[in-house]
Amino acid sequence: MTISSLIDTPSELTDSSSNKTAIVLMTRVRLARNLVGTPFPGWAKPVQRSEIFETCRNAVAATAPMKRCLNVGVGELTDLEKQILVERHLISRELSGAKNGSGVVISKDQALSVMVNEEDHLRIQVLRSGFQLKKAWNTINELDSALEESLDFAFSPTLGYLTACPTNLGTGMRASAMMHLPALVIANQMEKVVRAVNQLGMVVRGLFGEGSDASGSIFQISNQTTLGESEEEIIKRLGSVLSSIVDHELNAREKLLEADAGKLFDKIGRAYGILQNCHLLNSGEAMNLLSLIRLGVDLGIFADTNRSVIDRLFIEAQPGHLQHAQKGEFEPDQRDLLRAVRLRSEFANFSRPDFTFTTNGKN
Amino acid sequence: MANPLKCDLCTKPATVHLTQIVQNKVHKVDLCEECAQAKGVTDPSGFSLADLLLKTSLNSEPSGSGMRCEQCGFTQNDFKKHGRFGCPTCYDAFKGIVEPMLDNMHKGVTHTGKVPARALERKSLYDRLTKLEFDLNEAIKSERYEDAARARDEINQVKQTFPPKSAR
Repeated sequence: MTISSLIDTPSELTDSSSNKTAIVLMTRVRLARNLVGTPFPGWAKPVQRSEIFETCRNAVAATAPMKRCLNVGVGELTDLEKQILVERHLISRELSGAKNGSGVVISKDQALSVMVNEEDHLRIQVLRSGFQLKKAWNTINELDSALEESLDFAFSPTLGYLTACPTNLGTGMRASAMMHLPALVIANQMEKVVRAVNQLGMVVRGLFGEGSDASGSIFQISNQTTLGESEEEIIKRLGSVLSSIVDHELNAREKLLEADAGKLFDKIGRAYGILQNCHLLNSGEAMNLLSLIRLGVDLGIFADTNRSVIDRLFIEAQPGHLQHAQKGEFEPDQRDLLRAVRLRSEFANFSRPDFTFTTNGKN
Repeated sequence: MANPLKCDLCTKPATVHLTQIVQNKVHKVDLCEECAQAKGVTDPSGFSLADLLLKTSLNSEPSGSGMRCEQCGFTQNDFKKHGRFGCPTCYDAFKGIVEPMLDNMHKGVTHTGKVPARALERKSLYDRLTKLEFDLNEAIKSERYEDAARARDEINQVKQTFPPKSAR
């Protein structure tokens, strides 16, 4: 598979529409693995790096789930292609800035991606739309075991899988969920949630990981620690934290409706109006407006089938995807113009809001 | 992105940098905000750098800062700078630094999760083969042909169970 055909194929993320994805948009599990007896990518000499890269990418591409995969080195990708892969969460920002001797193998359905020579020799990742932690773990566990057939991983009986950074020791696993929490944001409760979640040993980040902002009220919640608990225990603990955040979000929505439905409807109605009529729209504002429309879908103000449209736009409103759709370079302020054109045309035929739903809209 | 100095007590970026002269010797400490607060560094009257130095040197520098990984040449200073290790063997070489860190960093200090069973099995077979080949040579040298024959049979047996696609 080539990079251009991959980019033109919808990803796992944009492909979801059921109401199971209402609050948890996406689940992700990644494993850090390293080869025994070889220096970690950050310390390896260029020759070693290329050797490791070749060994790993061949092993990964040979596994059954990677049939007809995309298998590329970072050096073979243009800046735009890298940005699109970052926006789809298929590679990290670190990898997109990496030196030669790094690359990625991505499955045909874009649900699996294995980065080679990022911080560790292998960063194996599984993406699933919706709340599917266990399924994601089973998938990645199988892929990891398949890789074990041909690769010798650095492992210690006491410290577990050995990783470049000691914060990933043990399982080397980071499980995370991307959650849409607009009501908690509107009700100013996110800070409280973040603190509580931290106390339970979990971390909250923005949409694009460490250091990114939470535009669109989308947050990533993941386990902080990797050593001292089995993968299943981490998954179970994270799962119960996520469920309780979902409950809090649903509660907050109900409270907002009870306290001042007019205020909430005003926000959603205005978002709809702006998206239909704007002429300049930056990425942050676009995310926030789309987030309100998505909340409207969850509340039954817009038809349920529109959720997948919003989820697709969340990604297509990102700079890389916009630029790709336009086929050509343009300045950042031109980008805001193009984003507005794009969203205006999407929302020209969008169903009108129906604020008369009262109780039947909760799903 | 720049690589900021890491805190001497944990691995977070250091934001508090302290220099004190104690008994004509210059001591420097780099701490993150949390550790600085926990150690009372922000309160000038109650803080003694000497205590802190004593403590860090007690649990993290048993043989001085000259520790080095024989396998890859990584040094303790490299770790302070990068916050990451050079190779898997570093975890043996820097055991004294890693172990005290884990307590704060993780839920436990011992791995209880997945084990790469196939790879470990392969390794134990490989180790067994190496030992048998050694035995075989020894037996031949000292003309113990019955032992040699037994070793040879066992080698063949092990080789048959060896995964055919094994990399090494």
